Amino acid sequence: MAAVQVCEAEKVYIMHGVRDDLRVDGRGCEDYRHMEIETDVVSNTDGSARVKLGYTDVLVGIKAEIGKPKPAAPDEGYLEFFVDCSANATPEFEGRGGEELGSELSCTLYKVFNNVNSLELRALCIAPREHCWVLYVDVLLLQCDGNLFDAISIAIKAALFNTRIPKVTITEGEEGGAELELSDDPYDCVRLNVENVPCIVTLCKIGHRHVVDATLQEKACSVAGLLVSVTHKGTITCVRKVGGGSLEPESIFEMTETGKRVGKALHAPLMKLLRDEEAQGKQRQKVGFLG
Amino acid sequence: MAGLELLSDQGYRLDGRKPSELRKVQARMGVFTQADGSAYIEQGNTKALAVVYGPHEVRGSRSKALHDRAVINCQYSMATFSTAERKRRPHGDRKSSEMSLHLKQTFEAAVLTSLYPRSQIDIFVKILQSDGGNYSACVNAATLAVIDAGIPMRDYVCACSAGFVENTAVVDLCHAEESGGGTVMSLALLPRGGQVALVQMDARLHQDHLDALMEAAMTACRSLGQVLDGVVRQHLQEVSVLTAE
Repeated sequence: MAAVQVCEAEKVYIMHGVRDDLRVDGRGCEDYRHMEIETDVVSNTDGSARVKLGYTDVLVGIKAEIGKPKPAAPDEGYLEFFVDCSANATPEFEGRGGEELGSELSCTLYKVFNNVNSLELRALCIAPREHCWVLYVDVLLLQCDGNLFDAISIAIKAALFNTRIPKVTITEGEEGGAELELSDDPYDCVRLNVENVPCIVTLCKIGHRHVVDATLQEKACSVAGLLVSVTHKGTITCVRKVGGGSLEPESIFEMTETGKRVGKALHAPLMKLLRDEEAQGKQRQKVGFLG
Repeated sequence: MAGLELLSDQGYRLDGRKPSELRKVQARMGVFTQADGSAYIEQGNTKALAVVYGPHEVRGSRSKALHDRAVINCQYSMATFSTAERKRRPHGDRKSSEMSLHLKQTFEAAVLTSLYPRSQIDIFVKILQSDGGNYSACVNAATLAVIDAGIPMRDYVCACSAGFVENTAVVDLCHAEESGGGTVMSLALLPRGGQVALVQMDARLHQDHLDALMEAAMTACRSLGQVLDGVVRQHLQEVSVLTAE
């Protein structure tokens, strides 16, 4: 992450602002920064999305491949996550520099998204114990300005919404084995139900209050934070403490409540935006990185 | 490749282009705010991002620093979803390391490194979508990013690929043409002086044809140079409108 240096006076300024519910960029404690979402940006993938949250910029591409189901869940497909902290984001990530952050992020994403409650994994099964779809979710960090988890989770939800998996028909082969046949028609495809896919809300404890969508500067003032993943119904699916410091039980309770409220409010506009974008279909002018 | 007709009897290519025709080029400078310079380019379906950091102090071991000029540090990587078959690692494989080295050589020839002794310039390029001509897209994007960072160069570096099919030189190859197994030449040119910053050719070619191929590639590079120049001028115009009173 791009290193920010915040001096004591700046810290006091930011903390006093948070106390009065007025942050450095004019937001309240529960407000997100300006967000831009675009789906279907990389045509080599089965689904893709790009999310800009302030200066944080992430690109998610999903590729579906046929694999073998895991023995523990023979009738389910699964997701694989890979987070590429590219040197584009900051020179510190050059070479193997970004690997540690990348694996930390992908482990959390795995816990949040790869379960039957978030996504209908059974729909990804082609033939139990034999074949299933494996969704490779590849996250590319292009620019980091705090709150990576939230931006990545929104991008993943948008990309899953955009994902189209070709239909497969199973026919009996000549030698008795099953043969898989993929449909050639790009419109003959399966969509994923993303209704229950959660979004992650990260809350940072600053002074006695907590803020949503902290920038790097604000993160430097906070000792610890809480990551909450919330579905559209307001169900919490995952809670994790992040950062080096410690939190009191009461503040964890308060933060989960805020996370629940903010997360629940996040889903409806997101889904509306994704549906609107899809309704425009081919007429939509693709902006990508040229806008 | 047998069965794939790269050049039709009428003289058109697979995607309907003429042999000397380039793909559509679209580019934008200043894509990111945190980097010192950045650019994005689309050449047909090939999409590349370039980011420049520096000139800054030499990072890591001090022994890398040169007392009379700047060190140019390049990293080439491809997004794991950029190719038709998913890649396992974005960088660090042999092909990427080779490409990083080529980029470094190209930009050492173009950037006025002697102006920044004991410092380092980082150029990071990323292929977001790959459809042939990755090296040239990277060089063109990096050129724009270096200009965006305000680092002086001798000239634009423009790169283009060229191949030789049925006694005709074809330029700006797409993936299908590149993977056909024929000759592929990548050439980076400083158009004003006509100097070649890098040339690389795979597969064999009769010496008599080399001149024609080089000439075709250089013409393509010059036209690309004009496109890049247009992008830079338009970007400056937009920026100066914003900063003007």
